[in-house]
Order: sequence, then structure tokens, then C-alpha cells
Amino acid sequence: MMSRRGMAALIIFALLAVTPPVLIFMGQGFFASVVTRMMIYAIAALSLDLILGYGALVSFGHAAFLGIGAYAVLMLNSLGVTDIAAQFGAAAVAAAVFAAITGTIALRTRGVYFIMITLAFGQMLYFFLISLSVFGGDDGASLPARSTIMGQGWLDHDLALFYLVLGILALCFLGLTRLTMSRFGRVLIGTREDALRMQAIGFRILPYQLTAYVISAMICSVAGVLLANQLEYVSPQLASWQRSGELIIMVVLGGIGSLTGAMTGALFTIGLEEGMARISEHWKLYFGLLLLAVVLFSPGGLATLAARITGKGRPE
Amino acid sequence: MSNLLLLQVLNGAQFGILLFLVAAGLTLVFGIMDFINLAHGVLYMVGAYLMASLSMLTGSFWWGLLLTLPATMLVGLVLEVAIFRRLYDRPHLDQVLATFALVMILSEGVKIIWGAAPLNVSMPNLLSGSIPLAGPIRFPVYRLAIIAAGLATAFGLWFVIGRTRIGMLLRAGAHDRAMVSALGVDIGRLFMLVFAFGAMLAGFAGAMVSPILSVDPGMGDQILILGFVVIVIGGVGSIRGAFVASLLVGIIDTVGRIFGPIVLKMVLELDAATQAGRTVAPMLVYILMAAILCWRPNGLFGRTSA
Amino acid sequence: MSDVLLQVRGLRKSYGALAVTDDVSLDVQAGQVHAIIGPNGAGKTTLIAQLSGQLSPDAGRVVYDGNDITHLDMPGRVRRGLARSFQLTRILPQLSVLENVAIAVQARSGSSFRFWRGAASEAALNDQAMECLSEVGLAQKAHLPARLISHGEKRQLELAVALATRPRLLLLDEPLAGTGPDEAAMLVDLLARLRSRVTMMLIEHDMGAVFQLADRVSVLVYGRIVASGTPDAIRDDPAVRTAYLGEEEGTP
Ligand SMILES: Nc1ncnc2c1ncn2[C@@H]1O[C@H](COP(=O)(O)OP(=O)(O)OP(=O)(O)O)[C@@H](O)[C@H]1O
Ligand SMILES: [Mg+2]
Repeated sequence: MMSRRGMAALIIFALLAVTPPVLIFMGQGFFASVVTRMMIYAIAALSLDLILGYGALVSFGHAAFLGIGAYAVLMLNSLGVTDIAAQFGAAAVAAAVFAAITGTIALRTRGVYFIMITLAFGQMLYFFLISLSVFGGDDGASLPARSTIMGQGWLDHDLALFYLVLGILALCFLGLTRLTMSRFGRVLIGTREDALRMQAIGFRILPYQLTAYVISAMICSVAGVLLANQLEYVSPQLASWQRSGELIIMVVLGGIGSLTGAMTGALFTIGLEEGMARISEHWKLYFGLLLLAVVLFSPGGLATLAARITGKGRPE
Repeated sequence: MSNLLLLQVLNGAQFGILLFLVAAGLTLVFGIMDFINLAHGVLYMVGAYLMASLSMLTGSFWWGLLLTLPATMLVGLVLEVAIFRRLYDRPHLDQVLATFALVMILSEGVKIIWGAAPLNVSMPNLLSGSIPLAGPIRFPVYRLAIIAAGLATAFGLWFVIGRTRIGMLLRAGAHDRAMVSALGVDIGRLFMLVFAFGAMLAGFAGAMVSPILSVDPGMGDQILILGFVVIVIGGVGSIRGAFVASLLVGIIDTVGRIFGPIVLKMVLELDAATQAGRTVAPMLVYILMAAILCWRPNGLFGRTSA
Repeated sequence: MSDVLLQVRGLRKSYGALAVTDDVSLDVQAGQVHAIIGPNGAGKTTLIAQLSGQLSPDAGRVVYDGNDITHLDMPGRVRRGLARSFQLTRILPQLSVLENVAIAVQARSGSSFRFWRGAASEAALNDQAMECLSEVGLAQKAHLPARLISHGEKRQLELAVALATRPRLLLLDEPLAGTGPDEAAMLVDLLARLRSRVTMMLIEHDMGAVFQLADRVSVLVYGRIVASGTPDAIRDDPAVRTAYLGEEEGTP
């Protein structure tokens, strides 16, 4: 039996899979790259939802891991390592180390402190990236060429990149779905619901939260590797605090604590940004107003809003 | 060399004082209302822009400053009444999102009104020029004036919080909100006041800095995040902590950026040292924050419970 | 059966000037039910919090099963068989009743660093959880979301969760609080059955239950133990009657 959300996810993946041929048929092949970017952010949003939605850890430094992933590509590329598997590996290891260190410190605290500290560590990485004058400092640098797969330049074709991203998104979705239903996921959800209760049945919660934080960081770094390839350009802006904010927005708009929600939230947010940016130079103003309205009047995100409008009550 | 160090320490102190003006409002709002306001940095920016316009309009730095203060206070009041008060009882995540939305709205709004190009504010004659410091090194009068104004504000805050009835209520409120309500004080009004006052301090900082920095739409971000670092180091809700941490952060950041590469180069005698110094210096304050957190999870002057 | 399972010596805890736990010493004998009674605000919950490791005392020692556990954290104590229930029910509202118990079983059976296999389909966890639920009479509600059951049922669930940790010593903080007469009678029966397996420290305002279950009663007033003895001795102690029982209409 499949849940409504599982069904929704399946439909989304099916729609995504047929997007490029349809767009090309319509003569709008360019939009496929927009959809690629939407899916990359969906991976990042999924990773954030693991700690934000399931662990109730409001991390405001998640873009750092996007930055780590993207710079892993740039740095390895400059050393002549273009293989994407090697880049994924290096990015994931670097992200894991950074997450383990900063997470150990940040997770000793709660609430507002945790938000501020993750924000500060994110900013620390941002300044680190800016200081790398070899890689363009403030401005960043463009990627000489996209990554290779087993020595082949397949990813130079946008379509190949599209389906690689789609595949990885599907893998992440499946993996995280399993994880949230596993023993580990249950413990994580338990700490979200009531940390004291969890301790009173014998769980030391820090290792679980830290593990979730590290897993989340590693997945997000994968999104960073893909993003560098999609943009063919890497800059510290990928790791800015505004980007971390945007990632949170995606998760919350889609409905926090639901993987399908986080994914749709990302697709929707990036799509909306792209659309608005075409209409007005000052799209951020309207985006901000929309976000403010959603937070003030529909705390459950767009999912609740949609449910309320269609009269279906709270989606379970 | 030691003269140069003195100069940089003074520069750092001046930066720290500005940071304090921003952090003071932030930490009060955190401590008393348990409210996280990402839009606080934007108030600093708005202060600088208002200063640019008002001083141009009146043709006087002083009139500009005098008008900027109530104007930013008004902005703070409007935001509090229209938005923030709906968020006090909401989860932190909602506060983060709503105030982040405000950052987007106000930053973009500023771009629409004033354009994206940086603005300049001219320095008043009275405060331009510099005084000899030691040997050939001189220090700008204006920066001294910022330090003096900041110290005066800090003293004023210390007096208000330590010696007046309102201050007593604030301290009590930071400790136990219900108790203040029980004293028959309208907690909503108290919050509004704190907020407006915090906004004014941030605006004041923005106005003061406008003649020495270019006024641009991104100027609030950096100061906001350093403000958080200050609060984490000093302890949420503690004005004294904010003061000490601001100076610490201001001085370490400024001195580190100048001397980090120099010192490393002396130690390592390598070309790579300059790059390493340039890399480490901007990270110093964050490393300091991490170290202090390991040592005292609630900050230097934070309450010790949980 | 006169081994001391829990030994408390000179325990102190103050909030500011208020001494909430004031030089408390007591022994809990293995296999017994040791009741702690005392007026509201006497410091009973604070005492439990220190014994369970939620709060650390300002001074004093806690020795459990021959080991000094004063500095052991709560999860560590739970794993050694020292479990507690909460006065104010703490359940995981988004989980089902069964999952609330199964997660406690999970805590003591194997690693929870398993990321792939569905936890809901682990028969070993569910079976043991079901047993605990049957024991407290909540089996038929197993699949409801925990937030939807009644207050009395949440008290039963609270107890089932504590049992699922396989405790040797159970610290019960007012298990009957807020239950109706039927539920209370059922819970008292349950505790009576449990006493052959589990040593208990029972905090309770319901004097009927206390005198029915307890082997030993200590009276806590303003953070101090003012009397300690058999139920009969305590009932007849004039100091206790004036300090506490007088107002409570203790039902013998
Ligand atoms: N964190 C705290 N800070 C300050 N005072 C506290 C704190 N926790 C408890 N107290 C005080 O300690 C005293 C004892 O509280 P406790 O909850 O232990 O009492 P109790 O005996 O369990 O009462 P009841 O029968 O109502 O459950 C009370 O006066 C309470 O106000
Ligand atoms: Mg109690």
C-alpha cells in the first residue's frame, strides 16, 4: 500500500522524467536547465529537512555544505581531477568533517543559540571561500569543464546532467524515506517530539543528532557538486547566509517534516524565483511579501494552505 | 610597529563600539522576548540610508543625525506593531522566516528607493581631520567621536538598566516574563518600547558609520551576523556581555586582518603564509566564538542554567 | 530480602535561597515499595529528578546497586535498570501508542544506528511493546496516535513506557494523578502485581493507594524527610498527622 504522499512523489518523479522531451518538443529546451537546477535544490532541501523537519534542528548554515560541494569540484578540477565520483567523495568527506566539528559545538546548545551558531559557522566558511584568491576570491571562478564520468564527458550534454540529477534526487528521496522510517529515524523523530522523554527511556540523543547532521551535510554537498556542474561557475555566494535562508524557506513552504513536501517546496521556490525574476527586477520584494504572508497566515506552509483551500483539512 | 598596533586596536575598538550599538538591541530582544530578529541588521542599513537622505535634505550632518534617530525608531515601532508582535509566541523557526522575509523586503525596498549604487555621506567639519597619536601616526577625529558616542550610549544603557524602574522591569522580564505581568506592567507596551529603542540604536550605528563607509544595501548582513557572534559570546540578554564581546570581536577582527598575515609571515617565512593569514584572519572571531562556547556554553555573562 | 537497592545520602538541591532538597537520606530495600508522601511543593518531583539523573544535586551521593551513580546521566541510569515515570505525562504525540512503547524497547535491544530497515515491522520490538501495553490494559489502543488517547490512558501509557525499559527500580511520580476511580483501581492492581518483580519508589497523594501498596513510607516536608517507617507507624505518628495527614483525611 502506498501513502498519499508516496503517490504524490511518484507522480512528481514521473513528471520530471518526461519534462526534457516535452520541453524540447515545445522548442523550450532551455528550460530543462532550470528544471535541473530545481532538482538540485530539491536534493539540498531534502537534506535540510532531515535535520530541520525530523530533528527539529533549525540550522541556518546549510548553504555552507552547498559551497563545500561546489568548491570541491573547482579545487579538484584545478588539480586535474575531473571524475565526478572522486568529486562526490571528496565533497562528502569535507562536508562530513566540517559538520562533525561545527555540529559538536552547535548541538551543545538549543533554540536561538543553535540558530545563531550555525549561522555564524556558515558565515565562517563563506569568508574562508572569499579568502581563496586563487579561486577568484569574492567573485568566484568559472569551471573550465564539467565533470567526467569514467573519463567520458557525458555531462557536457545538458540532458545527461538532467537525468543524472534526477537519478540522484530519486536515490536521495528513497534513501531518506527509508531512513526516516528506520530505527534511527524513529529516534530522531523522538528527539524532535520530546528530548527528555527519549533520555528517560535510555537514549543519549547527541550522537543521533550529530549523525543526522553529518548525513544531512554530506547529501547537501552532493547537491553542491551538481550545482557547480549545472552553473559551470562557482562562487562564495553559493554559501551565503541568504542561501541558507532560502533552503529553509523551501523546506517550510513545502511542509516541514515531509520529504515530498521539502522536494516540492524546492521545485516550487526555484520555479517561482525564476518566474518572478523574469517579470520584475525587484522580485525579491514580492517574494519576501509572499513569504511573510505565508508565515503569518499559514504556519504549516503551502501544503496546509492548499489543504485549507481545497477543504481537505490537515494533510497527514 | 607597536604604533601601528595601537592604531589598529583603536580602529578595532571603534568597530566594536558600532557592533555594540547593534548588538545591544538584539540581545535585549532575545533576552526579554526570546525573539530572534534577523531584520535587525536591516535597521542598521535603513539608519544609514535615512542619514544619507536627511543630511542631504537638511544640508547638515547634525540635523540629519537628529532626524534619523526618531525616524528609525518609528520604523522599528511600525514593524513591531505590524509584524513582530504576532510572532512572539510562535516557534523560533517562524520568527526566522518572517524576519528573513523582512530582510528581503527591506533590502529590495531600499534598492528601489535609493538605487543599488553606494551612497556617501559627508563628514561634518567639526569632526573631520585627525589628531596625532604617537610619532607620525594620527587618528581620525571622527572615529574618536564614534567611540565617544558609543561609550556614552553604553553608559546610558548601563544607567537605565541598572538604576531605573524600567531597567528593573527589563531585568525581571528577561528572567521571568510572568512575574513582570504579575507586577501589573503592560508587557506588550514594554516589548514595544524595547523594540523601538533597539531599532533606534541600530539606526544610530548606521547613521554614525555612514560618513566612513559607503552606504550600500548589503551593509546590514555582515553586522547582523557579527552581532549574533557577539551575543553568543557575551551571553543572551546580557548588556554587559554584549559590550565586552563587541569590543573583543571588533578588536580581534580588525587587528587579525591586518596583523594575521604579517605575523604568520614572520613565523613561517613563506609566501604561502600571507595567503594562510588572509584565510585565517576573517575566521578568527568565529573560532573565538567556538572556543568560548566549548568553555562556557552560555557565553561569558550568560545565565548558567540549561 | 533486605538488600538495599538504592541508597541516598545527604542529598541537597537549592534554587536560590530555597532549599528544595534539604539533606535527604534514605534507603530503598530491594523488592519493596517505598512511598514518599508530602504536601504540594515539598520537593518530591525534584527528588525524583535527582535520583533519575535529570538534575544534578548540589551535594550528596546516590548509590544504586552498590555503585555510586551520582554523576551518571539519565540514559546511563535507565540502562542499569533505574527508570522513572513523569508526573506530567510525557509521550511522543506524533507516534502511535505502540511506537511510544516500542521505541523504549528499541533503546535496550540492539543498536539504533540502523538506517534502512523499517522499525515499524520489527516483530521483536512490537511484541515486547504489546506485552507491556497488555500489562497496563492498553492493548486495544495500540494503533491509535498517542496524542488522541484520553488523559487516563496516557497515564497508563506512561507506565507501559517505563516498564518497557525493564526496570529493576521504578521511580513513580504520582502515577494516579488525574485518573478516574476505575483507572486508578486498575493501576493500583497493576502496581500490586508488579511489586513481585520490580522495586518501586512511589510518590502519591492518594493515601488509600499508598497504605495499600507501601512497605515503607517516608514523609517529605519542605525538602526534609520528617519521618520514615512502616505504614502503620507513619499513620500513627502524631508529628506526621499534624504536618501532613491532618489536612489530607488519610483513608486507612
Ligand atoms: N527550576 C526551578 N526553579 C525554581 N524553583 C523550583 C524549580 N523547580 C521546582 N522549584 C520549586 O521547588 C519546590 C518543590 O517542587 P517539586 O515540584 O519538587 O514539588 P512536589 O513535591 O513534586 O510538588 P507536587 O506535589 O505539587 O508535585 C517548589 O516550591 C517549586 O516551586
Ligand atoms: Mg511533583
